Amino acid sequence: MNFFFHLGRYTLTLLSLFTRPEKAAMYWKELFRQMSLIGVGSVGIISIMTLFIGAVTSVQFAYQLQGNLIPMWYVGIIVRDSLMLELAPTLSALLLAGKVGSNISSELGTMRISEQIDAMKIMGVNTRAYLVGPKVLASVLVMPFLIVFGVSFGIFGGMLVALAGTSGFTASEYVRGLQDPIRDFDTLVMFIKSVSFAFIITSISAYQGFHTTGGVVGVGEASTRAVVYSSIVLIIADFLIAALLL
Amino acid sequence: MIEVKQLYKSFNGNEVLKGINITMHEGKCNLIIGKSGAGKTVLIKCMVGLFEPTKGEILYDNRDFVKMSEKKRKEIRLEMGMLFQGNALFDSMTVEDNVRFPLDMFTSMTRKEKAARVDEVLSRVNLVGAHKKFPSEISGGMMKRVGIARAIVQKPSYLFCDEPNSGLDPITSIVIDELIQEITQDLNITTVINTHDMNSVMGIGDKVIYVHEGSVHWEGSGNEVMTTKDKELDNFVFASKFWKHIKEEQQEEQQEGKKP
Repeated sequence: MNFFFHLGRYTLTLLSLFTRPEKAAMYWKELFRQMSLIGVGSVGIISIMTLFIGAVTSVQFAYQLQGNLIPMWYVGIIVRDSLMLELAPTLSALLLAGKVGSNISSELGTMRISEQIDAMKIMGVNTRAYLVGPKVLASVLVMPFLIVFGVSFGIFGGMLVALAGTSGFTASEYVRGLQDPIRDFDTLVMFIKSVSFAFIITSISAYQGFHTTGGVVGVGEASTRAVVYSSIVLIIADFLIAALLL
Repeated sequence: MIEVKQLYKSFNGNEVLKGINITMHEGKCNLIIGKSGAGKTVLIKCMVGLFEPTKGEILYDNRDFVKMSEKKRKEIRLEMGMLFQGNALFDSMTVEDNVRFPLDMFTSMTRKEKAARVDEVLSRVNLVGAHKKFPSEISGGMMKRVGIARAIVQKPSYLFCDEPNSGLDPITSIVIDELIQEITQDLNITTVINTHDMNSVMGIGDKVIYVHEGSVHWEGSGNEVMTTKDKELDNFVFASKFWKHIKEEQQEEQQEGKKP
């Protein structure tokens, strides 16, 4: 019963985003502010994570391929495709669920308990559209760029391993693998995942923050729920996208 | 003018407002007083549309706020300003941005016009030189002034103040009260103040409404509160020794005046 209540309210929250803005310029301003916060603010952490994910993946696959008949340049293909199809979108999204999701939830939760949302409502602002809409749209717009950035850093991580020469494959073998043609469909799946995960993280986190109750403790609880629920939903979505598209 | 007619509000079967009937006139400070849990905050939140009443009417110059669509409500909301108990200033914005926010959102004024209007209201609340400060960098009294400035920046017809003196020292409280009264009279707006502060009741209470257990128990002016014979109101207003003493002194003076 509780699940259906939240599902209904979540749906209504999303539907209320599709209303005419009071003033488009204010929404644009907020959209660019959020794109900067979510996008530029996440580049550092995404770079570090994907760099090491790419390095670890190359080491592990090189280890698996040793002594087999499969040539070592396959490491390049495997690292690239793994990053594109799964590792970069999913792990980045899980990381952002913690960073961006908890941030959105606690920001809106604090605005709720300090009556800032009520103040906007009394002024006549469509609070859901103004406070949730730009966040969701900003994340959907910047996430694909973050993922492309992440894939590039992951590939670079694999290259560093190859250059170190400690895992049994050379830089030229790695590059040979990378030069294998990329399937357009793989790129499409990567972007579908990026956009879907961005939507899941921000919409669930914003929903949790917007409907915060119970003072400061409530803000903490909403923030925790935002991270947990968005992580669970995005893992389920990851499976569904893979099962349906691949 | 704001009229509230037969207003009821329940939460999970618990009736908080039980048929409230009040009329608030323009150019006057209308004070709602009552014990904690009497329903004052619920009443004011129903009036501004933060709570939906169970039944009843709230008329803003004969326009029924309860029955109208959200689109129509927005038009009335543009005529409202509200000062919150905790100020509700936007943390991420400077004082200037906070005050300018309603203008940015709802008007087509030029940047220059908006800046001039912001300067005007900030100087009206005696807050000059704080434009670039963030709410976390200013005092409680200054935050109240910013809250008032933001509430009046669009020249509202109705001003709501939820416990405007909470957390302020006695001197700043009086300054804020006087400011609200001046603005009410200058702009000829209908001001509704939810308060516990007896200084406010005596100082600016053009009309005082005592809410008790979800109903209007007593109505009158701030001066009439001093001479009330109503026991319930008397117990509430003169609960403090200070006000009890003032009342006794006043009664003694009156009796001495009657003696030949």
